[in-house]
Amino acid sequence: MSVIILLLIASLSVSLIFLGAFIWSIKDKQYDDEFSPPMRILFDDASEAAKKTNDEMLLFKTEQEFNYEKF
Amino acid sequence: MQSKSQEKLICSHCGEDCGSDMISVGDNVFCCYGCRMVFGLLNENGLCDYYTLNKMPGINRRADVRKDKFSFLNDEKIKNRLVSFRNGTETHIQLYLPQIHCSSCLYLLENLRRLDKRIISSTLNFPRKEITIIFNENEISLRAVVELLCSIGYEPYISLNDMNREKPTVSRKLIYQLGVAGFCFANIMLLSFPEYLGLASAEKNLRNVFRSINLLLSLPVLFYSAQAFFSSAWKSLRNKFLNIDAPIAIAILVTFSRSVYEVVSGTGSGYFDSMSGIVFLMLAGRVLQEKTYQQLSFDRDFNSYFPIAVNVLKNGLDVPTPLPEIKPGDTLLIHNDELIPVDGILSRGKAFIDYSFVTGESLPVEKETGEMLYAGGKQTGSNIELLVIHEVSHSYLTKLWNREKKDDADVEKNNSFVHLLSRYFTYIVLLIAGIAACYWWVNDHSRILNAVTAVLIIACPCALLLSSSFTNGNILRILGRNHFYLRSAQTIEDIANVNHFVFDKTGTLTSTKRMDIVYEGDALTFKQQQCIGALAKQSNHPLSVALADYLPKSSQLTVSEFKETHGMGIQGFVDGRWIAIGSKKFAVPAADTAEDSTIVYVVLDHEMIGKFIFRYHYREDVDSLIDWLKSKYRLSVLSGDNAGEGKYLKKLFGPNTGIYFHQTPENKMNYIKTLNSHGDKIAMIGDGLNDAVALRESDVGIAITEDCNNFTPASDAILEAKQLHLLPAFIQLCRANKKIVMASFILSIVYNITGLYFAVQGNLSPLVAAILMPASSISILLITFGSSNLVAKSLRL
Repeated sequence: MSVIILLLIASLSVSLIFLGAFIWSIKDKQYDDEFSPPMRILFDDASEAAKKTNDEMLLFKTEQEFNYEKF
Repeated sequence: MQSKSQEKLICSHCGEDCGSDMISVGDNVFCCYGCRMVFGLLNENGLCDYYTLNKMPGINRRADVRKDKFSFLNDEKIKNRLVSFRNGTETHIQLYLPQIHCSSCLYLLENLRRLDKRIISSTLNFPRKEITIIFNENEISLRAVVELLCSIGYEPYISLNDMNREKPTVSRKLIYQLGVAGFCFANIMLLSFPEYLGLASAEKNLRNVFRSINLLLSLPVLFYSAQAFFSSAWKSLRNKFLNIDAPIAIAILVTFSRSVYEVVSGTGSGYFDSMSGIVFLMLAGRVLQEKTYQQLSFDRDFNSYFPIAVNVLKNGLDVPTPLPEIKPGDTLLIHNDELIPVDGILSRGKAFIDYSFVTGESLPVEKETGEMLYAGGKQTGSNIELLVIHEVSHSYLTKLWNREKKDDADVEKNNSFVHLLSRYFTYIVLLIAGIAACYWWVNDHSRILNAVTAVLIIACPCALLLSSSFTNGNILRILGRNHFYLRSAQTIEDIANVNHFVFDKTGTLTSTKRMDIVYEGDALTFKQQQCIGALAKQSNHPLSVALADYLPKSSQLTVSEFKETHGMGIQGFVDGRWIAIGSKKFAVPAADTAEDSTIVYVVLDHEMIGKFIFRYHYREDVDSLIDWLKSKYRLSVLSGDNAGEGKYLKKLFGPNTGIYFHQTPENKMNYIKTLNSHGDKIAMIGDGLNDAVALRESDVGIAITEDCNNFTPASDAILEAKQLHLLPAFIQLCRANKKIVMASFILSIVYNITGLYFAVQGNLSPLVAAILMPASSISILLITFGSSNLVAKSLRL
């Protein structure tokens, strides 16, 4: 008996959390601009990747220099 | 002419044809120095991802922004109006950048701080094409920020509207209400199941717990989510007009009170699930129907066209001054391509005013010093000075605009057939409830209340509201997908009721972008054509420019003794022969001067040999559109232009169409009013500010635009020009709307009769209600969506 009541309270509070999340997402203007956010993620990655390759190249270069000095 | 078939060289920045003035840097070619500069700037700052994200994303920079164009941003007063937030270190400003079009724009504009360290950050709202820039005003001025944007091709559009802007707050209340209703509905549904499935009556306590939780959960639905229905019903009752929300509000109230009574008295479980379900579905329909297009504005007035500031000459210096502060007696300096914001007298310079915006006249008008210039014209050519005689708020255009604004109260009272239908429906339901009450009064007193409330619950016209809002919502969506944007759902019905179409000519039936040139007279040799082209190239007159563009070019020919007679024509020696081109008066002085179309005469060695006739290029499929319309509707054409195309239009529209030329905005408005008083339902289709008053006055004003980013005058609907030929399909879809709503309504009546069968007996069980209501709602949704999509498909939309 009381288990059902407990379950009931639990399920209601879980759904309340979801309602809260929904209202929050609307308030946060998440649905106002559906174009930019997915693009933004890509941009950051791109520039970081570029930086990474630069670093790698730098590393490669030093290795080469190192080898050169060795010989 | 021998020409190698060459591949067109495309500018790496903006993607336009480079033509002959190509600039090449490494692997890249550019059409102009502007584009090259932007490329250089981005390259230097490591922002070349701009070019890898999209192909040639740039904005052409051939036309440079005037150096001091944004000097008004130094004005403290203007700055205060534009800036949205400011403290010692941070200044926030929002600017509208109409050029934004792709992810490259997003990338570049959000990386502004890499171009200039003094900018703290920039964020874009893509659908609104709005950028929010945060910068440090101690280090960089607002003007410099705006000029940085200009330098990369994104010139902000700052209009008088920004001056008195109240931030439009988007109401999200409806969405919250929908969310809450959905939450409550789902939970009530879940908690009602045990009882429907036969919760043992032994577990009385548990049943009571479920029932009271349901009661609690229904409170937010009644007091929060259903607010819209109550307030609308209350408003309609106060206006003594019974709209559809009134019976719905009554039904919600009756359902709730009866349910509370049942729960409290322990006689039943109530109809909370049906109530919250129906509120949820009706709200969903409302949200769908009221979906707006963020990027469009249907309420533009002249303020969005006028600049925020103009240059006033004071003691020989030009001072940028906010427009509202312009006073009679000031002298304004108007540059090329600037809009004249006030009425005034031309005091210096050669004015070439393009009034197409105000009057629809296709060609710029020349004005001499001392002549009157009206607000709304655009100067083309050199700078002019203007002596102000009226304030902005008193100019001809503004007055015309502000006169006789439609009463807001009138607009409020919408006259959709849905309301009328619901009224009859309500009367019938009340009648049935009355009969049931009488019957039970005679037979069994205890069941009166049961029967009456059950009838009211079952028979609320929510099915009608549901079907109309979902059909409207779906039709709006289909039309929007085809670039026909309606202001509201009411417009669908208005379009369906139209019986008279009024067209503007310039910019609506014809394209503003292209001109057709036809030559009549003695045949010209290729050499002669080149000579005329070379002569025309010397002048900046729009007709000369168009002609030079049309005729074959040759760089070898030189023009000597060139002379331009203002407002008449041009002459000179080309290749040893005297050529003159110009108006009839200029070319053939003896002839009578009245002429109604745009013609340039050609005189070769003192002999008139032919003429070029300029005609606006009619949009594609205009003839099939007019053919369709004229078989079904009355038509009229109102043109601000000359009667040059009268014959063609007569042929196109047939004998029954009124075609009027030289129409002022006022004429157009009066014409619409006369038709209105004859009981015609009018759709006005126009484009410019010259049609704005007529658009407002007509039952449906449809604004045509080449591109949705352009500004359109206030209207009920916005249609992209390239979709004009689909107008018949749009009209048919709007007309189908009513049929679909009626069909689903009739279906819902079948459900209602089934429900009423139980209701009048006074034993409507919650289970029957719980099955009947969702079943009828869902089948109605399926029918409305399915049939409107089917109609759209058959119309190829």
